[in-house]
Amino acid sequence: MIRGAALAASRIHPAELLRLGSMGLRTRRLRAALSALGIAIGIAAMVAVLGVSESSRANLIAQLNQLGTNLLTATPGNTLLGQTAVLPHEAPATIGRLTSVQAVSSTAVVQGVTVRRTDQIPPTNTSGISVRWTDTSLLRTLNGSVYRGKWLNDASAHYPAAVLGWVAAQRLGVVDLEQPTQVYLGNRWFTVVGVLQSLPLAPEIDRSVLIGLPVAQAEFLAEDAPDTVYVRSDPDRVLQTRDLLPRAANPAHPEEVNVSRPSDALAARAAAQAAFTSLFVGLGAVALLVGGVGIANVMVISVLERRSEIGLRRALGATRRLVAAQFLAESLLLSLLGGVGGVAIGAAATAVYAHLQGLPAVVPPIAMVGGLSAALGVGAVAGLYPANRAAGLSPTEALRTV
Amino acid sequence: MSVMPHLKSPSATAAVLELVDVVKRYPGDPPVEALRGVNLTVREGEMLAILGRSGSGKSTLLHVMGTLDAPDEGIVRVAGYDTSALSDRQLSALRARRIGFVFQQFFLLDGMSVLDNAADGLLYTGLPLHERRAAAREALERVGLGHRLQHRPAQLSGGERQRVAIARAVVNRPALILADEPTGNLDSASGAALIELLSELHDEGATIAVITHDRDIAAAAPRRVEIDDGRIVLDTRLAA
Repeated sequence: MIRGAALAASRIHPAELLRLGSMGLRTRRLRAALSALGIAIGIAAMVAVLGVSESSRANLIAQLNQLGTNLLTATPGNTLLGQTAVLPHEAPATIGRLTSVQAVSSTAVVQGVTVRRTDQIPPTNTSGISVRWTDTSLLRTLNGSVYRGKWLNDASAHYPAAVLGWVAAQRLGVVDLEQPTQVYLGNRWFTVVGVLQSLPLAPEIDRSVLIGLPVAQAEFLAEDAPDTVYVRSDPDRVLQTRDLLPRAANPAHPEEVNVSRPSDALAARAAAQAAFTSLFVGLGAVALLVGGVGIANVMVISVLERRSEIGLRRALGATRRLVAAQFLAESLLLSLLGGVGGVAIGAAATAVYAHLQGLPAVVPPIAMVGGLSAALGVGAVAGLYPANRAAGLSPTEALRTV
Repeated sequence: MSVMPHLKSPSATAAVLELVDVVKRYPGDPPVEALRGVNLTVREGEMLAILGRSGSGKSTLLHVMGTLDAPDEGIVRVAGYDTSALSDRQLSALRARRIGFVFQQFFLLDGMSVLDNAADGLLYTGLPLHERRAAAREALERVGLGHRLQHRPAQLSGGERQRVAIARAVVNRPALILADEPTGNLDSASGAALIELLSELHDEGATIAVITHDRDIAAAAPRRVEIDDGRIVLDTRLAA
């Protein structure tokens, strides 16, 4: 008997595998769309969560970079007897002698003085706004900026001129300074010369009406002992400055000085968000898993429905492996479709959220790449069992149907 | 890929298919012997009808001849290859390149055009789409469907659909075409036309085995093999 030359093995042009995989999807569009939607929802949830948290983190980090992490505040603590301590009035000067300190400013609440929009409002109605005297260097130390008008200078610090913090301006209903605007401080009118931008590192300034120390002393007999000293340190020596600050502020009683670093609060917020993010990403992963089960379901049904096609393909020369490859390709295409859709929806959701919140829209590339690979991974796992079932069908059994 | 010439002179005598003492059992209690020692040789360029009642074992015979099922005993040689020595991959390669199937149910895929359905006959040879389509167009023109290339199978009549299936079976120029009740789902006029087409292909040199229970169809074939109860009971050739 003649034995012919070795037969070339059954194989398929790689591009054809894609065509084969997509054929099942094209003939059952609605089913394909719905099962891809399951994956898309999971991926979209994960991408959106990562995108939104990354956007707000980017915002916080941008804020931190702009505000700097080298701002320290010194405030009076308690005496050994439990009474509220007082910072010496020369504290700013002694702190300023530290070589690691770049700028110092002090401020204190003017006790017993409230601010009102007009003299018709009862003095007890403070709207939660305090009146503070301040150095004219405060704005520079805080890296703040003026929203409207001007900051206090050495001249206006002697006159009844006030600058409003961001929140104080809103609560007093001062929108702009087109018209000369006055507020009623204690028992006399002060002219509003400026409104500050919000100061995230010094929220107490946001809620204050600021006047110069000379006019505070002249009008309200204010004490010149500061209740808050803002210290801008050399960025490389922040911790060192922090340790030296109590003794510099109050050499006699360093234990009566509280030192804090306001940027720590912002950094903690960023960290807390990261913890929430992993929780939500976990929820997204559950949605993805459910989507994967949906794909597996659809693929199993597809294998059942297409028994005769499987038989035909075996008769046309497909090996078990090529039959499995066809169904695996279909499952992967389905999940890829869902993954691409999900990343798009997630990115769009992030963009919308960021736009509404005024945040920079950031979709981390790792979320996009990770989302797509997660979708493909789920598709591969979901397709494995149906593909193996299809490959395991004997050709005669598959052809016997209907 | 070795080239198998499509046109062969009818006098060629190489055996395309050889069955020696083939036994096929189906498990059960007691086991059913669907084939009980079948000996059959099909030579190049032959056209034979395998005739039998339902349950006579003729479908099992077709599956064994087409390497879709393995015999429990005996030898099956297709195009010179002893199929018992071949793996699933090698058997698949044999089907991809040497055997063409035509089924009673056509088994066309509705998601694809007539042209692409016919081109599927070459799918597992690894040829790129455009080459497969070119060959499929030629095959479809041969079966008289050159004007239906872009139609969907669902838009065709039963007779036309079976012609597409025949185009798919011949597009890879197989050594052997196996047709399982090809007219079973057709009205008598289309059935007759289909048998006419198979006879023409045979005249052009194709080796064709048609399984049927219809004596009229069997009468058209130069060689008639009757099978009953798993055994060949009659094997007659018309004088050429």
